[in-house]
Amino acid sequence: MKLRELIIPAQLREGENRGDSIFYLLTAFFALMIFLLVVLMFYEMYSMSSLTREKFGFTFFFRSVWDPVLEEYGALPFIYGTVVSTLIAILLAVPLSLGIAIFLAEVAPVWLEKPLSFFVELLAGIPSIVYGLWGFFVMVPWLRSTFQPFLSETLGFIPLFQGVPYGIGMLAAGFVLTIMILPIISSISRDVLRSVPRSQYEAALALGSTRWQAVRIALAYGRSGIIGAIILGIGRALGETMAVTMVIGNRPSISLSLFNPAHTMASVLANEFTEATTDMYVSALVEIALVLFLVTLLVNSVARLLIWSVTKNTKDVRL
Amino acid sequence: MSMLQFKIRRIRSTLMFILCGFCVILALIPLILIFYHTLSLGVGALTVEFFTQLPKPVGEPGGGLANAIVGTLILVALGSCISLPVGIFAGIFLSEFGNNMFAQAVRFLTDVLSGLPSIVAGVVAYTLVVVPMKHFSAYAGGVALGILMIPTITRTTEEMLKLVPTTLREAALALGIARWKVILRIVLRTAIPGVITGILLAIARAAGETAPLLFTSLNNRFWHTTLDQPIASLTVFIYNYGVSPFEDWIRQAWGGALVLIGMILLLSLAVRFVTQTRMKGLQ
Amino acid sequence: MLIDIKIPSMKVNQEVNREQKRTKNSSGMKIEAKNVSAWFGTVQAIKNISLSIPEHSVVAIIGPSGCGKSTFLRSINRMHETVPNTRVQGEILLDGVDVYSMDAVLVRKRVGMVFQKPNPFPTMSIYDNVAAGLRMNGVRSKNVLDEVVERSLRQAALWDEVKDSLSKSGMSLSGGQQQRLCIARALAVNPEVLLMDEPASALDPISTAKIEELIYGLKENYTIVIVTHNMQQAARVSDYTAFMYLGELVEYDATRIIFTNPKNKQTEDYITGRFG
Repeated sequence: MKLRELIIPAQLREGENRGDSIFYLLTAFFALMIFLLVVLMFYEMYSMSSLTREKFGFTFFFRSVWDPVLEEYGALPFIYGTVVSTLIAILLAVPLSLGIAIFLAEVAPVWLEKPLSFFVELLAGIPSIVYGLWGFFVMVPWLRSTFQPFLSETLGFIPLFQGVPYGIGMLAAGFVLTIMILPIISSISRDVLRSVPRSQYEAALALGSTRWQAVRIALAYGRSGIIGAIILGIGRALGETMAVTMVIGNRPSISLSLFNPAHTMASVLANEFTEATTDMYVSALVEIALVLFLVTLLVNSVARLLIWSVTKNTKDVRL
Repeated sequence: MSMLQFKIRRIRSTLMFILCGFCVILALIPLILIFYHTLSLGVGALTVEFFTQLPKPVGEPGGGLANAIVGTLILVALGSCISLPVGIFAGIFLSEFGNNMFAQAVRFLTDVLSGLPSIVAGVVAYTLVVVPMKHFSAYAGGVALGILMIPTITRTTEEMLKLVPTTLREAALALGIARWKVILRIVLRTAIPGVITGILLAIARAAGETAPLLFTSLNNRFWHTTLDQPIASLTVFIYNYGVSPFEDWIRQAWGGALVLIGMILLLSLAVRFVTQTRMKGLQ
Repeated sequence: MLIDIKIPSMKVNQEVNREQKRTKNSSGMKIEAKNVSAWFGTVQAIKNISLSIPEHSVVAIIGPSGCGKSTFLRSINRMHETVPNTRVQGEILLDGVDVYSMDAVLVRKRVGMVFQKPNPFPTMSIYDNVAAGLRMNGVRSKNVLDEVVERSLRQAALWDEVKDSLSKSGMSLSGGQQQRLCIARALAVNPEVLLMDEPASALDPISTAKIEELIYGLKENYTIVIVTHNMQQAARVSDYTAFMYLGELVEYDATRIIFTNPKNKQTEDYITGRFG
């Protein structure tokens, strides 16, 4: 029974108990399924995207033409849109969520902290389609009539804020994403701040620091966890689909102005997958999905490793 | 250090904390607005026929989303059929036999999978189910949702089983009960409220997904008759109606959004309730 | 004197041994440990323990914390190996058969265990707690279960206190009652040996007295091995006492002798409270 000894741990080989071995193998099988699922996902998308991979190779990522009629495909506009919209979201969400995290962990009394935390987590539970609907019917009109004209009047000398204020476009996508990733970053950062040992604060305060300086020391102490939280937010923003699709305008163009419509990797999938009639078209879309898959996998891996390294010893961190 | 410098530092500290409070208020504004608008714009659509009728043909006002609500329930049920066995058994494996490299790798992959963009799950379900079957179906939608539910269920099951004290496992083993029976009938039974919490969280998330359904279960303006044909869902209904040019459809989309948020709020209340009973159970 | 000492330095009571060997099986002993060593990872917790336990006797194992008494106890019913990265070497004979050659689950049915802290199953009623061992081994008959539950609770001297509230949660009982419930639960599967790992250390003096009284009564039908911190307790309840120190068995003899006339200096120091 060499094989049995190899795959079944010693504690389960006691006596002749077959039930335990069978049960172990059953649970190990389902755990293996998760492993295989990831492999299968990669394999399926890899093989379905063979047509465009063979035709365009790496140039697929640097071409900005997207023409289903001529069967010419390039992913650059989508990559650009994804990167820029994510960047806007991160730039806005990071300071905001750190502020929230500090407030929840350091300032808020318990009676305020509990409901606030609940609200922030509620924000995470709202389906993205509802964000999309709200963004499309409430935020976009406000951007068009109020915020974008204001921006172009005050900061119009910067190319980012020039052009026609459509409302719909890159800026709207960035704003919606900001709202959507706030809860993740702030709740994890709050947990990281809480897991900073009390002694760190006390040492700082004992040296005559103000409370704010003590908080900064705590931030520095938990920085890899907070960076992990931010990267997790990036991962979410990269892959967010519905809310972005509804407000970004869905045009595969690259332009400097944030007022212009754009497209992301996720939104092009949502928009065009059902219309993809030719094999080449499907292949191009699946290749974009594959890239999105690999990038988010990588981003999430980094984030998890960072968060694990900080909160390993504190049990109450919930992701 | 002079008194002045000290005062400046104190003032700066206070200012920074006020700024943090301001961040909270800023984050609350969109949340409150989203609830306000969904409620005010959606409540008008909530009539009896909205819940009991099928959508009317294009351009005709009225009709409802009865088939979409049922469709969402069916899709979530299909997703649960896939994710429950995988998630619960894998969770048991990680908790009870999880001190080895393989388990560590699975744990990591599960965490990473929880950040999988839902649209990618849709593409995978498309290549796995729609392409071989050559048409869109409820099954494909169920597979996509199942993939998305697995990480949540696996990790909460693991965490909850780990909360069960070792002394209970030992007490049961010492009675001469086989380990697998100990795990299923003592450990799992003790942790079941927590496991249910995880399942409800996963269901809440799956019920709100749109992207993975767009090109798997597609949509259906009628009652579905079998599971291997396209099926309506609440979220796709909201999307299609929301981007349509018809006033009445947009009103119905808000109504749908209100129903969806209501469902998810109910689920999270259920989670809170179950979590509280769990706390009682383990003390 | 019914003692079999296997430690080379302490050859006592040899004659009594020979006499004893005529009964039941080859040795007449319920449990015989032969050169038992146990490890946690690379740390050796007990070293070459050999001792024999006669049937229907109470054996107390005493010694300072960390001396390996619990580990020895747990290797008798093969609970030690349920902890990952542990191992046991040597033989432990139960009625002359090595428990490490048997199915561990069967060993545990024959050798019951009571733990330091009362640990009733929190989701189960008092009745279900006691019935758990039988139920999960396939006993369905209501009559049989009712009978066993009553018998076990009576044996554990708990029946009169709980007979009207059998459907209440096991957690609703007091600490002492919970521990007696755990004893009843262990007795329900009808073991031959009962291992008790500091069963009264988490209890108040009155509950402790009840447990001790109980142990005295159970001796009629069971062989009992009890690990304890409390030397008075060992003196009160046991027929034989083993003193362990740093993973080794220092001295094993009739309780009366250990407490009045120990042969070993370390035992004497411990008994008289000079350390530990």
